[in-house]
Amino acid sequence: MSMWTLVIALASAIVVWFLLVRQLTARPWIASGDAGYSPDVEAFTSPAKKIALFVLLAVISSLFALFFTAYMMRMSPHHGSDWHSIPKPGILWLNTLLLAGSSVAMQWAKMLVYHRSGKSPQAALIVAGVFAVSFLVGQLMAWQQLHNLGDLHMSNPALGFFYLLTGVHALHIIGGLYVWARTIIRIWLGITTPSINLSIELCTVYWHYLLLIWLVLFGLLLTT
Amino acid sequence: MAFVAIADRDHEQEHHDPQTFVTKYIWSQDHKVIAIQYGCTAILVGLVALVLSGMMRLQLAFPDVFSFITPNEYLQFITMHGMIMVIYLLTALFLGGFGNYLIPLMCGSRDMVFPYMNLLSFWVYLVSVIILLTSFFVPGGPTGAGWTLYPPSTILPGTPGSDMGILLMLVSLGVFIVAFTMGGLNYVTTVLQARCRGMTLMRMPLSIWGIFTATILGLLAFPALLVSAIMMIFDKTLGTSFFMPAVLSMGQALDYQGGSPILFQHLFWFFGHPEVYIVALPAFGIVSDLLSVHARKNIFGYRMMVWAIVGIGALSFVVWAHHMYVSGMNPYFGFFFATTTLIIAIPTAIKVYNWVLTLWHGNIRLTVPMLFAIGFIFTFVHGGLTGLFLGNVIVDLPLSDTYFVVGHFHMVMGVSPIMVLFGAIYHWLPKITGKMFNETLGKVHFWFTFLGTYAIYLPMHYLGILGVPRRYYANGLSDFMPASVESMNVGITVAALIVGVVQLLFLYNLYWTLTRGKPAGGNPWEATTLEWQTPDTPPKHGNWGHTLPVVYRWAYAYSVPGAALDYIPQNDPQKGGDIEEGDHGKP
Repeated sequence: MSMWTLVIALASAIVVWFLLVRQLTARPWIASGDAGYSPDVEAFTSPAKKIALFVLLAVISSLFALFFTAYMMRMSPHHGSDWHSIPKPGILWLNTLLLAGSSVAMQWAKMLVYHRSGKSPQAALIVAGVFAVSFLVGQLMAWQQLHNLGDLHMSNPALGFFYLLTGVHALHIIGGLYVWARTIIRIWLGITTPSINLSIELCTVYWHYLLLIWLVLFGLLLTT
Repeated sequence: MAFVAIADRDHEQEHHDPQTFVTKYIWSQDHKVIAIQYGCTAILVGLVALVLSGMMRLQLAFPDVFSFITPNEYLQFITMHGMIMVIYLLTALFLGGFGNYLIPLMCGSRDMVFPYMNLLSFWVYLVSVIILLTSFFVPGGPTGAGWTLYPPSTILPGTPGSDMGILLMLVSLGVFIVAFTMGGLNYVTTVLQARCRGMTLMRMPLSIWGIFTATILGLLAFPALLVSAIMMIFDKTLGTSFFMPAVLSMGQALDYQGGSPILFQHLFWFFGHPEVYIVALPAFGIVSDLLSVHARKNIFGYRMMVWAIVGIGALSFVVWAHHMYVSGMNPYFGFFFATTTLIIAIPTAIKVYNWVLTLWHGNIRLTVPMLFAIGFIFTFVHGGLTGLFLGNVIVDLPLSDTYFVVGHFHMVMGVSPIMVLFGAIYHWLPKITGKMFNETLGKVHFWFTFLGTYAIYLPMHYLGILGVPRRYYANGLSDFMPASVESMNVGITVAALIVGVVQLLFLYNLYWTLTRGKPAGGNPWEATTLEWQTPDTPPKHGNWGHTLPVVYRWAYAYSVPGAALDYIPQNDPQKGGDIEEGDHGKP
């Protein structure tokens, strides 16, 4: 479809290769000499939720890579010659800062938990959530600004893609906020198990990843 | 090795132990119940698709007889038949059904790692099925755009169901993908993280390898369908022009401009081709296990089988445009995709040779599951060989959109996976129900289905070579079609109706098993894999009683020289059971 897809596919293949190659070269039919399980094979000892998150991130990567590929294919003259660049609302810069701030605050919460400072991560989590919600409000304002311009037509693919991609990204942020809200409610209820720490860690990974996707998306929007 | 995650979670067991009828059988978090729910729903919706195909065949054989089948309805039947069979039956039954049932049992886990998400996965799948079936009852009926849903015609007036029908189809697909992703995260994580002690990746039965790889393919490929569905919904409802070119409809210029239908085709087939292997890889895995168990022989070339599954999975992402040779692509592009397509023949052929070599000198027991497994080898080889024709650009061009293509893909990804599904259902039914099915009914079912499918699909290849186009409501009179086309269509229809009706035998056999089947015992096939070693049959919630099994060897210790029995279960701690170095292939 395009180089993007191939590069991503190749990168994933290399990762999978390194993860699996040692295990895939085992010869299970050969007698090991003792009737036990072979202790020399590495296993995935990470918590299930962590593995699931990384698998989910692979799915999300596939989703956005395909959106970006479709975006660039639609831009190329082979697939239509009606691409008219649209003005980008200035508020997107502020939104980018807000999302980065949210990510920093998440990282702060994670460090509080993992350095066993004894301090509650609650404040950091709330800051992260407020920033993330502000980002969503900012995105809505960007939509409003574009809408107010009035002279743009939906059949212009640049405009359609702008709404579509920012919308899909925002939906992923909302999904993250659901887990964030669950975590913070459990902290308020006084639950302090290792699972809370894990939730915070995984939220942080997810936050950073969505920031990364936003940066790529924002770069794509700005340059086209 | 630290495969202790599920063991660590033993204390959580009480949290979702079912208490009431509802939590036990309906809102259940038990992977086995969810598997049965998935299976029953998929089979029910598959029966709808089967009836649709019967109606299509009636129309083709007797064009002027059935006035209730209009051209619009014919197109709607085609579309719904294809989509239901590929997505809502095959994908759901292999991964939602067998994936759910087999992964925890074969890997020695108590359940999926996220039981609640597993439960949600089924109910969201059910919602997607209901949305899909709702489209039969909305104004304009379901979409008749063909299962590939190619724009621009898909959403333009003139195509049946271009208003509500197509929207419901797209929304249903979106919901299905959400359900699949929830299930898929579970399957992958469970295989990676929750195997019991000793169950290394290379000791996993090939069924698990097939399901695992297919799930990864699904997780990475379904987003392409989601992307195209969302963008098409935008085109339909918001007036964007992602896929819609400037177009005149009923003499009037529409508001679209400049969109690219080819872009849709790329996205669709970037999903659509891996989808073939999402269906085929679990079938490859399961059939390997059926052959090995019922031939009392270790699978030939286990490691090569695993590599072939992984290799086919990877290659399936770089062949999608062989579905688009007639879209006017650059010849170099066509050359690239023809080459990658033909390369897939190598790992696939390795698998076929290994299946045949597994049978070679085996102590073959011609049970019903074994019949279906051997039947699969036949149908798959025939379907695969015609794939070589269609994979070559220059041969594909004249055969494109003819019945040759219909014959090819029905043999390779219709009949073949269905053969494995029947084999698998008969094979694991004694474990699922605790009772043995009726062997005679099963054999009658097999022979009618196996020979019947040949009677249906072989003539279609001939029709295709004559140039009879697919998707046509009626062929009418044309010079290039001899009269034999008509009589052949009648013959195909008669065979199809017989095969369709014979499936009632299968349903009756399920009923017979439940009501009159004799107790099957824990391990009626004398198999080595863990699901046959559970303390209870059918396995209870939590699968393994107090202690999880420990695995000592691979899944294929059959007819081991010197062993007391001709099989040694994976969790049997006795010494031996493996092949000594240098003895490989000489059981």
